[in-house]
Amino acid sequence: MYETAYHKPKSLAEAVRLYNTLEEPSYLSGGHTLIPTLKSRLAAPRHLIDLRAIPELSGIEANRDKVVIGGATEHAAVAASKQVRTAIPALAGLAGSIGDVQVRHMGTIGGSTANNDPAADYPSAVLSLDAVIHTDRREIPADDYFQGLYTTALEPGEILVRIEFEIPEIAGYAKLRNPASRYSLAAAFVSRHRDGHVRVAITGAGNDGVFRWTEAEERLTNNLAAEALEGLTIDPSRMMGDIHAPADYRAHLVAVMTRRAVENLGGTHIL
Amino acid sequence: MSRITITVNGTPHTKDVEDRTLLAQFIREHLGLTGTHVGCDTTQCGACTIHLNGKAVKSCTVLAVAADGSEVTTIEGLADGEKLHPVQQAFHVHHGLQCGFCTPGMIMASVDMIRRHDGVLDEETVRHELEGNLCRCTGYHNIVKAVLDAAAKHRAAQSAAAAE
Repeated sequence: MYETAYHKPKSLAEAVRLYNTLEEPSYLSGGHTLIPTLKSRLAAPRHLIDLRAIPELSGIEANRDKVVIGGATEHAAVAASKQVRTAIPALAGLAGSIGDVQVRHMGTIGGSTANNDPAADYPSAVLSLDAVIHTDRREIPADDYFQGLYTTALEPGEILVRIEFEIPEIAGYAKLRNPASRYSLAAAFVSRHRDGHVRVAITGAGNDGVFRWTEAEERLTNNLAAEALEGLTIDPSRMMGDIHAPADYRAHLVAVMTRRAVENLGGTHIL
Repeated sequence: MSRITITVNGTPHTKDVEDRTLLAQFIREHLGLTGTHVGCDTTQCGACTIHLNGKAVKSCTVLAVAADGSEVTTIEGLADGEKLHPVQQAFHVHHGLQCGFCTPGMIMASVDMIRRHDGVLDEETVRHELEGNLCRCTGYHNIVKAVLDAAAKHRAAQSAAAAE
């Protein structure tokens, strides 16, 4: 790792001020993407601004309509939260399926959502649940937030503070992990919202990152059952292809994972 | 450079460290506690697992400066003098190791697992929850046996304590 200077601001204003005044800064949260990136010298920020001591970024709140999760909340805390498990079991299940126990003790929902890795789990839940991203300066609907591989609507220096999830009528998540890396080769998050419409978000598979599979949404809005997806396929030219899974295999997996997500509606156990 | 204080195995240590120092490096090189191993150095193998404020984490992926003010437990902090921690004892009894390189991380992860589940564990759960720890020798069989035995003993100790 190249030399870097560490800062731990206690307020949003101080974090933004540091970002705006220091040379080559980077925000840091759980660090479970950023630190490996620094160690392999793929990034070399001169200053790290740790966001975890900022009060607005911590905590989980829920009411009858919404679950709001602070950006610095670790995956293990989301997975174990009684409020999340009751309101959106699939979201708690997803959080408990990320990486491994040790990773879940450090990695955060804000870090994952800000990084927008094409194989990350959280972006699928954020998009399917039609969440709103609250930053230090505005609110961004999920449909406008994700803009391709590792790309989001966040501007330089903008901080993801909280994510607000509408509580759906029901939701389900399913993924197929690469047997070695345990990252998803394809994963689907399906939710039926209280107005009856279904949103299907696919992660791990698309060559432009997380995306909504609108054809599946139409079928499932009419009939929320795995049979409704019978015969539906997705164009492999939209898929990533690599040594772990070529594009046509990923396209096949997208359909299988979407069916499994429907079969896993309301479930917290992610196979 | 930053001056940080981390309490390791009950003893506070104040040191000046470069901000890029990893917690694993701090433990091994600054404190000389080499029981914490660095295997892959890429957050995968779990050999560097320690407890940070009571939770198992991979110390190769935490900055020491970010752990300023924290409580850390390493493998050296488990035994009570000559008396092995029950999980260490179970790994010994069941021969839950061959080369031993992964063992400190396996044990730290297992102690955390038994605590989180209060000792209520079955084989499937143990295998699943050891996902973050790689062993290239044993095929995991004896490790799983050791964890299940230690978990059962933890339950028995809890019941005995409750009965008193």
